[in-house]
Amino acid sequence: MAIDEVKIGGLGASRRRVEDNRFIRGKGNYVDDVVLPGMLHMEILRSPLAHARIKSIDTSAAYAIPGVRMVMTGEMMAARNLAWMPTLSYDTQAVLATDKVRFQGQEVCAVIADDPYIARDGVEAIVVDYEPLAPIVNPEQALAPDAPLIRDDKVNQTNNVVFDWEVGDREGTDRVFAEADMVSELELHYPRSHPSPIEACGSIADYDRATSKLTVYMTSQAPHIVRAAVSMVAEIPEHMIRIISPDLGGGFGNKVPVYPGYVISILASILLERPVKWIEDKTGNLISTGFGRDVYLKGKLALRKDGKILGVRMDTVSDHGAFFADAQPSKFKIGLIHSAFACYDIPTAYLTNRGVYTNKSPGGVAYRCSFRVTEAMFFQERMVQAAADDLGMDQAEFRRINLVKDDDFPKRTPFGFLTDSGQYEKCLQVGLDAIGYDDFQNQKAEAAKRGRLLGLGISTMTEPLGAGNSREYDILGIKMFDSAELRVHMTGKAILRTGAKSQGQGHETTWAQIVAHELGIPAEDIVVEEGDTDTAPFGMGTYASRSTPVAGAAVSMVSRKIRAKARKIAAHLLEVSDEDIEWELGRFYVRGAPDRGVSIQECAMAAYSNVPDGMEPGLENNAYYDPPNLTWPFACYIATVEIDPLTGVWDVIRVVAVDDCGVRINPMIVEGQIMGGLTEAYAMANMQFITFDEDGNCVGSNYMDYLLPTAWETPGFELHEVVTPCPHHPIGAKGIGECATVGGPAAFVNAVMDALKDIGVRNIDMPLLPDRVYEAIQTGSDVSGHPPVKNR
Amino acid sequence: MTSLFEELQPTIADEIQTTRVDIRINGESKAAQIEPRLLLAHLIRNGFRLTGTHTGCDTTNCGACTVLLDGAPVKSCTVFAVQADGHEVTTVEGLATASELHPIQEGFKDEHGLQCGFCTPGMMLSAKALLDENPNPTEDEVRWALSGNLCRCTGYQNIVKAVLWAAAKMRGEA
Repeated sequence: MAIDEVKIGGLGASRRRVEDNRFIRGKGNYVDDVVLPGMLHMEILRSPLAHARIKSIDTSAAYAIPGVRMVMTGEMMAARNLAWMPTLSYDTQAVLATDKVRFQGQEVCAVIADDPYIARDGVEAIVVDYEPLAPIVNPEQALAPDAPLIRDDKVNQTNNVVFDWEVGDREGTDRVFAEADMVSELELHYPRSHPSPIEACGSIADYDRATSKLTVYMTSQAPHIVRAAVSMVAEIPEHMIRIISPDLGGGFGNKVPVYPGYVISILASILLERPVKWIEDKTGNLISTGFGRDVYLKGKLALRKDGKILGVRMDTVSDHGAFFADAQPSKFKIGLIHSAFACYDIPTAYLTNRGVYTNKSPGGVAYRCSFRVTEAMFFQERMVQAAADDLGMDQAEFRRINLVKDDDFPKRTPFGFLTDSGQYEKCLQVGLDAIGYDDFQNQKAEAAKRGRLLGLGISTMTEPLGAGNSREYDILGIKMFDSAELRVHMTGKAILRTGAKSQGQGHETTWAQIVAHELGIPAEDIVVEEGDTDTAPFGMGTYASRSTPVAGAAVSMVSRKIRAKARKIAAHLLEVSDEDIEWELGRFYVRGAPDRGVSIQECAMAAYSNVPDGMEPGLENNAYYDPPNLTWPFACYIATVEIDPLTGVWDVIRVVAVDDCGVRINPMIVEGQIMGGLTEAYAMANMQFITFDEDGNCVGSNYMDYLLPTAWETPGFELHEVVTPCPHHPIGAKGIGECATVGGPAAFVNAVMDALKDIGVRNIDMPLLPDRVYEAIQTGSDVSGHPPVKNR
Repeated sequence: MTSLFEELQPTIADEIQTTRVDIRINGESKAAQIEPRLLLAHLIRNGFRLTGTHTGCDTTNCGACTVLLDGAPVKSCTVFAVQADGHEVTTVEGLATASELHPIQEGFKDEHGLQCGFCTPGMMLSAKALLDENPNPTEDEVRWALSGNLCRCTGYQNIVKAVLWAAAKMRGEA
């Protein structure tokens, strides 16, 4: 009798998570939980100023504190050629400042002491004499003709421009706009935000002189990339470096880059020959590590009267802070922002991007998104709604006219990606039916009688998840594929290792489900390990929703290699030829004689005890998977809101999410990812942003100022699904972890704008704080840019 | 007796002024010789080696360090260890017995109320404080009781379900 796949925890089972067994007992193993014998503690002194020349550093008072072992300065790093390090975007970043500080929070010194409290005392005892320089806090200032040069460390850098980049057909787009019936224009700012996992960054570097081996426990979403980077920067042979990324308290893109704190702790351990632990505090995390977004848009849509979009023009400026430290594929300067409008049938498009340096923290990491697609989809969906309103057309109908049709695939997107499948209109319709679209105008009229403004916002989008393929996608030249290694033991139990790194996504649970699906081994018989570069196969790590599309595919492929070998063993055990063997889940049998069979477990035992002549014993293998294309999930998010015009406060009434992420490995986990993503979308629309005052002070440097939604504000979510299997993924799955963060914000903002369109308001830039909404209602005009922060 | 200074050079340990605290933690009596400025979170984590209590934000906002002090939830990053002297502390490690999970723990697993797990211990202790006072809370009451604990992964919906699941089980209804 065939095995019931759901019963063994295979594909489609909402299997309860195995990692939870330790987390609910408080037995997780996060970096700060690791204690090594003789371990010292490191704290970092950060710059209080956004832009200043360092005149002198006096560390004598710190050294005078009992228990302080060493104070590291930029000069000490420079003596070892480590004052600067390469970023993941071919720029350089100061490890410890030598010449000047370029953003508030930049690393200036580090104190290593016997105890973290003593290290903190040491930090406070250091005296740094700064000569303040004029700070630059936005692109406008950065691009002014007389702007001070931020990166005077770089030869040939004469202004504050990082790069200029363009994609698409400029002339063709100009032509289309000249001939259009109507042009809809919109200027937007996607404010700076921070991924802010609850656990900040940290590392424990342990250099063992006896073995010349460096072991580093580290909060890293991509430990193998870190191993390569450390090897290159610190000139330690790669095989002498072991990066261990234990349990991570969230990542969201923040834990992809290599940060100065990691590098300093490594050098400190080498110099002191003791393990050195660095645990970043929350302020350090918020003001110095990889932020997300901070992109300005001037967008235009060329429209035909009947609602057809003929062309797109997007001119964008991105603020990268003091160092260009985006974590992204090297061919694309502003990530995959050119995935904008991928779900719409638009023949012509052109996009420009100018990146600028400012005196703000470096980064531009993919905050819960596949390299800037969050900005792309937000701009797209805001432009789509504005265009529908400008045409006086129903927003759902306008989308329906322009969405790519089911039988148009494969379809080249406006900027040149290739989408391969989808049921876009169906998703939209499921969403409209769920929210009760046809009845909404009645509700709106009812609410108006109570003095409330109701709005409904839609966001429809497809996004490119799962980089590679390796032809187009690499980081620092390292191709973006991924890996899995599977060892089946003689009793039919197994261990699986991958090059991905879970930060809460539940890989220990879902990877085992893929193996169960491919081999029929119960998921509970498979243990999953990740994050240790000495044992895991090389992989590019977990971000950009690439785990299931790439590493998950590798898990399938390695399982199939195992099955192919087991088939030969089965033929041997059943004394028939290979061609006469049939497979059903968990079992081989003789064609035409289904009773004559052997289980996968029996094959495993035979692999160690009774292999056919000439066959290698054992049952293990690995697979490196280079995807032929990205995966293209589609989503339709619809939010309804009610605004109190007397206060500007808006409440979410309902949120409907329709996600097509292909085949769902573990529906429970998928839904968890979607709800988490919607919450971050709501946060960005409503409250979550990082801004700076005119002196370059970061406003949002702690959780009192950087607002994250709690259980109280967060709305409830209604989830729906449509399944279009990915045509090229081995099990038809697509990425899902970030869809809602990417597509969600526009649904909330569009809802508020829908409520305000009748009073002449076309845009309020995020976050839609009550005072900004109130201002828009009072003045009947748009509210743009960062919320102003006045100096006292 | 737990000394927090075992890895310091003895001469340094002599120079630091310390005081003794006696704390009942998860039903066990413990004594520690500590600096007065030591935070309760750090005594629990580094002194007693109970690392289920996490520190997330340093400003009493995130609640990852929530423990029960005489049954009431407190953020242990904002309590000096000396303030807990003579008191009873419950951490996540005190929720389960050797053989049996607390219903709140079961609820979090069954309803997928956690992802990265970092906020989970604090979240569960806030939930326990709520259910000890109010065995039959509404969804709004759960959301309000947990509003001092931040989660970046789940969006809270499943956390709320987990607490309601546990409440039902503790009332004998599940």
